[in-house]
Amino acid sequence: MHKDLLRLARAERSVRLHLACCLAAAVAAGLLVLVQAELLAGVLSGRFTVAALFPLALVVASRGLLGSAQGVLAGRAATALKSALRRRLLGRVEALGPAYRSGELVTLTGRGLDALDPYLTGYLPAVAVAGVVPIAVVVRLFVADLATAVIVVLTLPLIPIFGALVGWTTRAVTERQWRALSRLGGHFLDVVRGLPTLRAFGRARHQASVIREVAEAHRAATMRTLRVAFLSSLVLELVASLSLALVAVPVGLRLLSGSLDLGTALLVLLLAPEAYLPLRAMGTRFHAAMEGVAAADEAFAVIDSPERPRESRSPAPTAPAAASGPPRIRLEEVTVRYPGREEAALDRVSLVIEPGERVAIVGPSGAGKSTLLHLLLGFVAPTEGRVLVDGTDLAGLDLDEWRRRLAFVPQRPHLFATSVADNIALGSAATPEEIRAAAEAARVAEFAGALPRGYDTPLGERGANLSAGQRQRVALARAFCRPGAQALLLDEPTARLDGRSEAAIVAATRRLAEGRTAIIVAHRPAMIDLADRIVRLDGGALVPVGPAPASPVATRGGEAR
Amino acid sequence: MSLPPLSVTAGMGRRLVLAALAGSAADLAGVALIASAAWLITRAAEQPPLAALSVAIVAVRAFATTRGVFRYGERLAGHDVALRAQAGTRERLYRALIPAGPLPQRGADLLSRMVDDTDAVQDLLVRCLLPAAAALVTGVTAVAVTAFLLPAAAFALAAGLLAAGVLLPVVTSAAARRWSARVAPARADLAARVADLVHGAADLAAYGARDRALAAAMDADGRLARLERGQARINAAALGAGMLTQGLTVVAVVLVAQAAGLGRVATAVAALTSLVAFEPALPLAAAGERFAGVRAALRRLGETAATPPAVREPADPAPPPEPPLTVEVEDLVVRHGDREPALNGVSLTLTPGRRVAVVGPSGAGKSTLLSALMRTVEFESGAIRLNGADVRRLSSDDVRALVTGLTQDPYVFQATVADNLRLAGPDASAEELRAAVRRARLDAWTERTGWDTVLGEDGRTVSGGQLQRLALARALLYDPPVLVLDEPAEALDEDTADLLMADLLDATRGRTTLLVTHRLHGLEQVDEIVVLEGGRVAQRGTHADLVAVPGYYRDLWESEALTRHLA
Repeated sequence: MHKDLLRLARAERSVRLHLACCLAAAVAAGLLVLVQAELLAGVLSGRFTVAALFPLALVVASRGLLGSAQGVLAGRAATALKSALRRRLLGRVEALGPAYRSGELVTLTGRGLDALDPYLTGYLPAVAVAGVVPIAVVVRLFVADLATAVIVVLTLPLIPIFGALVGWTTRAVTERQWRALSRLGGHFLDVVRGLPTLRAFGRARHQASVIREVAEAHRAATMRTLRVAFLSSLVLELVASLSLALVAVPVGLRLLSGSLDLGTALLVLLLAPEAYLPLRAMGTRFHAAMEGVAAADEAFAVIDSPERPRESRSPAPTAPAAASGPPRIRLEEVTVRYPGREEAALDRVSLVIEPGERVAIVGPSGAGKSTLLHLLLGFVAPTEGRVLVDGTDLAGLDLDEWRRRLAFVPQRPHLFATSVADNIALGSAATPEEIRAAAEAARVAEFAGALPRGYDTPLGERGANLSAGQRQRVALARAFCRPGAQALLLDEPTARLDGRSEAAIVAATRRLAEGRTAIIVAHRPAMIDLADRIVRLDGGALVPVGPAPASPVATRGGEAR
Repeated sequence: MSLPPLSVTAGMGRRLVLAALAGSAADLAGVALIASAAWLITRAAEQPPLAALSVAIVAVRAFATTRGVFRYGERLAGHDVALRAQAGTRERLYRALIPAGPLPQRGADLLSRMVDDTDAVQDLLVRCLLPAAAALVTGVTAVAVTAFLLPAAAFALAAGLLAAGVLLPVVTSAAARRWSARVAPARADLAARVADLVHGAADLAAYGARDRALAAAMDADGRLARLERGQARINAAALGAGMLTQGLTVVAVVLVAQAAGLGRVATAVAALTSLVAFEPALPLAAAGERFAGVRAALRRLGETAATPPAVREPADPAPPPEPPLTVEVEDLVVRHGDREPALNGVSLTLTPGRRVAVVGPSGAGKSTLLSALMRTVEFESGAIRLNGADVRRLSSDDVRALVTGLTQDPYVFQATVADNLRLAGPDASAEELRAAVRRARLDAWTERTGWDTVLGEDGRTVSGGQLQRLALARALLYDPPVLVLDEPAEALDEDTADLLMADLLDATRGRTTLLVTHRLHGLEQVDEIVVLEGGRVAQRGTHADLVAVPGYYRDLWESEALTRHLA
């Protein structure tokens, strides 16, 4: 069994128990086949009377029950294991950080883990049966008839040997073909997705014949591979059935000479195929099982991946006494380096933001503006230097406590698959009235009324589609819904908005920023005008900036102090 | 089963029969192998002369060999048919989609599910139909052989086979259908919660809402797990019932045979034939479960293929007009579904060499106007004429050969840079490609990237700005008599957008052009500006006319001027 899965199965009581019972049921059902063969041979040879059919029916019924029990237990083990993996995977999300291959993680945690089902419910029981039943059959055959037992013992190893041999020689080819298959699906998807573009240039009809040609070429190549790959099943089939012939014909001849009794002969005939069957069953489940192993490998790669060095919380955070009022934030020679990148995202930045001050951060994309906000949020930690909040090092603060003092509006806010109201109330226990008020303030109310179910309309991927401006306003309403927040962190809240939407957001932001420390990453004058001071970043470093020329608002300081 | 309008196995009758025959032969050889071996052994026990056994000995060896060979043939023929069916289904589906309007299902995930659905065709053949056919042939033959030995035993066998091969699959199929109706939403719910946790990680952390979201995800996981366990119970019960049916049928056959005083040889043959005859029938319970999924997939494909066409094509299209073209749009009304009209009485004339810009807030109907001109959206009333010819009398392909350009959401194919461009000009020379790229200001990028670099999902990613420029290069390469450009500066940063618009206005000088944009910078160069609001023409005139009067245009112009040229 997969090493890490075994470790997990041991740790989770529900998985351990159900899996053990499932394997036991599978093996027991497999061993009952021996009893069934014994009774059937006895009845058919006349050694037992018709009355033996009653225990035979009982054995048959027990096999059916054990088979069902195996399936039920396997289902329980599989769901318990998937839940355990999911809990561990999702528990890692925060530690891995927002940038961690998010799409893959979502797929893996959702559908990806389902690949474990065939491994747990099919392959593992088959392995258990294959480990026990052939041996039991061979032992019984040795007792019944030495000659047959020898034939079976000699031919039995051919199944795994040939299986491995053929599998080994064709694996590279088969894998290449599998990849080609997914590329073929990819090509079809590509063409369908691009259909509007093809239509626009009169190439849509031409692609239909391309689809056919590509598929035909793929089919021809696949069939060439399969002709070889299916040889494995041919060999295995031949080994099993020829062995039966090898057993049956000499047994018949020995019956003729009277050196063997019919009961033993029939038992041998019934039992011999049962020696091969479990090994072949294991083989047919192997491919699907390997997909499960791949999924498990992927999951454990995430679970066991090293924690981001960024979020270095001190062992015993000393939470500040519920500091009241807007914080004073001080950056001292802060450098932030992301792993695998040459240049520092922030390069020895020193900056003081006074309580209640409104600072606009400007600069070209990639200048480190978002990194600065993430630094203040505790998403990243300084590689060098330190961040002080009211004189205390941020690394020593309880991050949850600190974040409760913040309201953050990211550049691309995520809308959750919950209602509009729940999206606004994110993380707070706001009353419906408070949510309404926040929605009014952020001008969500303007469009929320027109949604199919008002504030109860579900959002997210499968919910109502909001425009970029509307999404931004929902995110802004979140900030309004935290009246206790003392510092405001806004990341280009008006990017991608047209003039009218921008004006609405700027007006709402102006009200939100009242009486709070505000750090606004901005690139449009209307938003920059809000600020008392402009800080310009370029290549991760602070650069001096003059007062904004078109700004009607007097700039204070003008340069980082 | 309601498969059409998408026939899955069209034109493959002979290959299908061949594959089914090979499968049946393999299963029959398996039954015959056991039956002849049983006969050989029980008859040998009666110690007849050796000659009486020689046929059986040959038969045992022959069936042992042929079973594997037939199985090999079945698997090859089956997969060949399945691959052909899948390829044919994809091609037919694609052909059905060419004239189709917007699909009933939208979004990237739904589209890829559609592609997965075409994979279901393979399962339909390899896992459902072909094994069922083989099981049927084998079952009927086994019953016939048993009937020859003892009709009463044949009766028991037939009943058992019907239960295992027909009743159980029907039950599992129905159960799978019922369960998947409950499992699918639970699965989607879990996926949404997981996506929220991962994609919304920053928002959750900043707002301290992570634990609650994690709990919600694990709740969704618990609900899904309960349903999956229920599903597993049904399948396990079917599995056990199959094994039970097989065993009890054999017991019944022996009992009936002994009661009828059938000889030992015939009894053994009947019993072992019955035992092995179940082997092809038992997997059908699992096939029934898969069949429910396949059927749902095929139904979805059928619905997709039946998407109504975007526009009504004329039965007898008129010949396309010759350039230079005058485009007249008169009182155009377009409605999507039963909603308010997206365009409500829009008129506009585009004479050769004239450039008209369409501006307005999002949702004003700008893109709808272009779609109507390109005949990818049908209009309700009014008229569009090309040199006086009603576009409804022309084939839509002919219209798009004359009126096209940069459309909304241009697409990058998984192909080389050159091929991505060449789709707009299959016969374009290398020099023409370079010229188009130069005019779209994409030349530096193509030099850096290389013409043979594969783009798209598995290849090199293309940024939003590069994508727009690539689409613009395509449009310039195609060089239609009437060039339409839908938000060419979309998704570009301010400086790049200004550069692109300047180049674009330069490149389109003297060219009949309809430009949809939400940026007003540079529009003083175009001949006419049409301001759309709520599907109606709110204002029209030159840039100088429009900034002189209060209205949407001047508002937007002032806001843009304010946001421009930041020091």
